[in-house]
Amino acid sequence: MEKFKKLTSSIVPLPIENVDTDQIIPARFLKAVNKEGFGDNLFADWRYNKDGSPKIDFVLNNSQFIGSILVAGKNFGSGSSREHAAWAIAGYGFKVIVSSFFADIFRNNALNNGVLPVMVSPEFLSEIFYDLQSNSAMTLTIDLENQTITNNVNRKSEKFEINPYKKECLIKGLDDIDYLLSKKDLIESYEKSID
Amino acid sequence: MNLQSQKSPSGKFNGLTLFDKIWDAHVVSSIENGPTILYIDRHFCHEVTSPQAFDGLRVRGLKVLRPEKTTMTADHNTPTIDQDKPVTDPISRNQLDTFSKNAAEFNMPLFYPLGHPNNGVVHIIGPENGFTQPGTTIVCGDSHTSTHGAFGAIAFGIGTSEVEMVLATQTVLQTRPKTMRITFNGNLNSSVTAKDLALYMISKLTTGGATGYFVEYAGEAIRNMSMEERMTVCNLSIEMGARGGMIAPDETTFAYVQGREFAPKGKDLERKLSYWKTLQSDENAVFDKEYSFDAADIQPMITYGTNPGMGMGINDYIPEIEKIDEAGRISFLKSLEYMGFKPGEQLLNKQVDYVFLGSCTNGRIEDFRLFANYVKGKKKAEHVVAWLVPGSWKVENQIREEGLLEILTDAGFKLRQPGCSACLAMNDDKVPAGKYAVSTSNRNFEGRQGPGARTILAGPLVAAAAAVAGCIFDPRG
Repeated sequence: MEKFKKLTSSIVPLPIENVDTDQIIPARFLKAVNKEGFGDNLFADWRYNKDGSPKIDFVLNNSQFIGSILVAGKNFGSGSSREHAAWAIAGYGFKVIVSSFFADIFRNNALNNGVLPVMVSPEFLSEIFYDLQSNSAMTLTIDLENQTITNNVNRKSEKFEINPYKKECLIKGLDDIDYLLSKKDLIESYEKSID
Repeated sequence: MNLQSQKSPSGKFNGLTLFDKIWDAHVVSSIENGPTILYIDRHFCHEVTSPQAFDGLRVRGLKVLRPEKTTMTADHNTPTIDQDKPVTDPISRNQLDTFSKNAAEFNMPLFYPLGHPNNGVVHIIGPENGFTQPGTTIVCGDSHTSTHGAFGAIAFGIGTSEVEMVLATQTVLQTRPKTMRITFNGNLNSSVTAKDLALYMISKLTTGGATGYFVEYAGEAIRNMSMEERMTVCNLSIEMGARGGMIAPDETTFAYVQGREFAPKGKDLERKLSYWKTLQSDENAVFDKEYSFDAADIQPMITYGTNPGMGMGINDYIPEIEKIDEAGRISFLKSLEYMGFKPGEQLLNKQVDYVFLGSCTNGRIEDFRLFANYVKGKKKAEHVVAWLVPGSWKVENQIREEGLLEILTDAGFKLRQPGCSACLAMNDDKVPAGKYAVSTSNRNFEGRQGPGARTILAGPLVAAAAAVAGCIFDPRG
């Protein structure tokens, strides 16, 4: 997994609430047996017309908004446990998702793929959408070590929460399986205790 | 309705919840300030969320640690006709072949491909074959794994990285969720089903209302439910964001489990039963949050929007825009526009084009009994396309044995073969753009049942009424 410490980037806004995993990656794209290529179908039904041409009013097709931070309305990633949603977001090139609320399983899946979900207050979120109206190239800075997110237009910063273990995994680029494999003795002695 | 929520004091010298008891018994180790290594008793696995996990094992040169603790069934990406013939879509076929190859390469003993008598929707075959047992931890790369909580188990959905963790180590890393109890006092009115109860609850709590929590369902209405009804309620826990939902096991649970193929038997059963009987929340247990509802307030439900929280009684009106939080208005209107509905509108008598009976939510025998009982002696509306998809071959057999097939056939319905089908429309069972489907499944998201499809979630009785009337129709007449 790629290491993550600090990022400053322009943003892609998606001011919609309850963006579910069926929107992030529709089920018909789940037939693959590897993790490649999902980025091309990220938000497929909002992004493309039936004939495959881009829908010009969708934000991913608007060259004004380019960046590796996706900013979305509350309750992002609800629905299915499909990790394909996280693969699509990572595959497209997003490193951070900012929202005022995330669904549980999606948040885990994102972290397991090196994508950082940053939960901000509803006010912080609406200020981003507000500042964006006059400055489409505005940037945010995410500092993982200090757990801060900064709106570089109004200069306001906010602290965000992350589990210390997950934070270390992201900073060092380690994944959970490496960790669990190192605990095999503990697992085997647990199994003996329940026999 | 009595909607109250209370935060508890954080001390734990109160009694233990059912969740605490099972969780604590499965902790291998805890990382300081971090997640817990949680031992998994049963892992269910299907073809869509597992190939990349098996690939991961290959890349790392790992074996499956406990192959006998994983049950594999093909269900999501499978056709519901002609299952004896090769699957026509080459990409789907490749995924199913990959599933079979992985089962063979990793020596997985519990593998139920298409055509196997134990094949069917993963959350249906688990309980019906006795894999699902009280007091256990259960995971699957599928969010509706919460279904198995009906037996008094900690059951939750996981992503593919976590599927790989379970295959490699029989554990997952999990942060302990908070606990919530939802109590349903009194009893449900007649013609109100477990599905209606769940849709009602989600409409009150919203789709994110239980995020971060593990829910225990309690109260008279839950106690009086059959196991299948309890499964429907627990199944939908994820639709309000909950990590999972559970119900304390009781005589109803023990009677259901006993005698099934993989259920404990003899001395082992006696030993387990005495443990299972200890599995309920202590009287002085404190939950992080509590809600209570009166079951008698619940009507047959339908949804009008594009998430399961947008539900209402079948005779109710879609909320006016003024009733919606300002921050949510854009999403609300976008949702209604997709559905072709207006704020303030009533949906009774709206034409319905498709009806889907099935899925891990409502694909069990009791759902087919309810549906068949309603349509008995009536006729399907001519313009309605109805997909009746049993959750498993065992359910299918029972439909035949009980004479339900005859009733359904006489009323103009056909039965398809088991699978997830139109619930997520990965196969050919897609509702065309713009068409209305009354569906007993679990999600009404945009495009869930096919690009542009408009889903109205409901229970099996409302679905039966819609299939006969050809429109949204109150099954109480």
